[in-house]
Amino acid sequence: MQKLFRAHRIAAACAGLALAASSAYAQDAAPVDAPAKASPSEAANAGATPIAGDGVYKAFHEQAGIQRVMDDFIVRVTTDPRIMARFQGANLPRLKILLVQQVCYLTGGPCVYGGRDMKDAHAGMNLEAKDFNALAEDLQLSMDKEQVPFRAQNQLLAKLAPMERPIVTK
Amino acid sequence: MRWFKSTCIAAMSALSLGVAAKAHAQAGLLDSGKLLLTQGISTIEGSSGGGLASWATISGYETGDGIGGNAHETYVGLTNYSLQDFGASVGLFNRVEFSYTREEFDTGATGAKLGLGRNFTFDQDVYGAKVRLIGDLVYDQDTWLPQIAAGVQYKVNDKDAIIHAVGGKSAQGTDYYVSATKLFLAQSLVVDATLRLTKANQTGLLGFGGDKNNSYSPEFEGSLGYLLTKHLVVGGEYRTKPSNLGFAKENDWWDLFAAYAINKHLSVTVAYTDLGDIATFKNQNGVLASLQAGF
Repeated sequence: MQKLFRAHRIAAACAGLALAASSAYAQDAAPVDAPAKASPSEAANAGATPIAGDGVYKAFHEQAGIQRVMDDFIVRVTTDPRIMARFQGANLPRLKILLVQQVCYLTGGPCVYGGRDMKDAHAGMNLEAKDFNALAEDLQLSMDKEQVPFRAQNQLLAKLAPMERPIVTK
Repeated sequence: MRWFKSTCIAAMSALSLGVAAKAHAQAGLLDSGKLLLTQGISTIEGSSGGGLASWATISGYETGDGIGGNAHETYVGLTNYSLQDFGASVGLFNRVEFSYTREEFDTGATGAKLGLGRNFTFDQDVYGAKVRLIGDLVYDQDTWLPQIAAGVQYKVNDKDAIIHAVGGKSAQGTDYYVSATKLFLAQSLVVDATLRLTKANQTGLLGFGGDKNNSYSPEFEGSLGYLLTKHLVVGGEYRTKPSNLGFAKENDWWDLFAAYAINKHLSVTVAYTDLGDIATFKNQNGVLASLQAGF
């Protein structure tokens, strides 16, 4: 019941994802600490406060563009020999949903991020700076493919870069 | 011929570095994990930075878990002189950098006019060390704190007699510097400010200290770069210098540069460089071209 409620909340926040969200979410047995609504704790979980205005969100071609970026990104990181092993056993559909939510939220879009905070989400993975940077490079390639302007890419990367501190533990 | 020779050295170093990087990729130590262009480029004095100005960056594409390095070859063609420069640097764990560079300042035809003889060349070896003290260029996007490093450059010039003849006090000198480099990623800007304590005349190419002044002077060097793409940064630099020698006034240096990283193993820099007056010859400007190879 709670799962269903959450799925609906996400669907309401990110209309474009409604189907994928509810079906993928229903498969996910792991508990997810979702905040009740966008709040300071939302920013804490998403790892940063959103970029002001919706210029960057629009530069990503909004929800549909971010979805395309993440479709491409998940394929890239799971086939990148540098980091593909890090994704073994991961729930990729759920990961993609959370990444779309997070990027939509951080770029100033009308989304709520329903995942755990960066520290918890990466706990025990023993990630290194080179893993973090390899992932950033893959993200750049996915953003290039979506033809997100370089400056807008950097505005998002500026939000993601400080997440190295909670994510990289090794 | 000399240009050809050192180009070959640079190319061979590049090749061997590349092979080494591949061979050790499995070991993970040569991780090349740093993001493109975030190591800066090799300065004419061998330390990583912007070309003329040393930065707080650590040479090489290694992260905190690895080792990186570069070989570089730089040529500056000026109105009446030329400077050729080749060297190598190594970065350890994105914390410490060691560098060696040989500078050859060729007076060309001007040498005869100066009474030194045609193609009289001042050679200088620069041994550099730098340590990153605090901050991270890339990750610290949520704070104003820059990456800060402190460095030394020990310089040995081989033309002791001429240096003394023109009023210089020593053919050897040590520069001390502190650099603060900040990447404003959201603005696609990189900014550096460096404070250098030095006695060097024309960065040591004309020796150290002089008849006018023989004490350390605090000098400033700074760079401003704008990232156009992840491969290309354009910008400018400014560097103040002491004027210790009575026979020839020394000017500040500046340049406008474009640095292009083809990939993590090869980058090319081209700059318009204005080095002011050098050894009584006015308005020494021209083109700087630099090739850097590493991992």
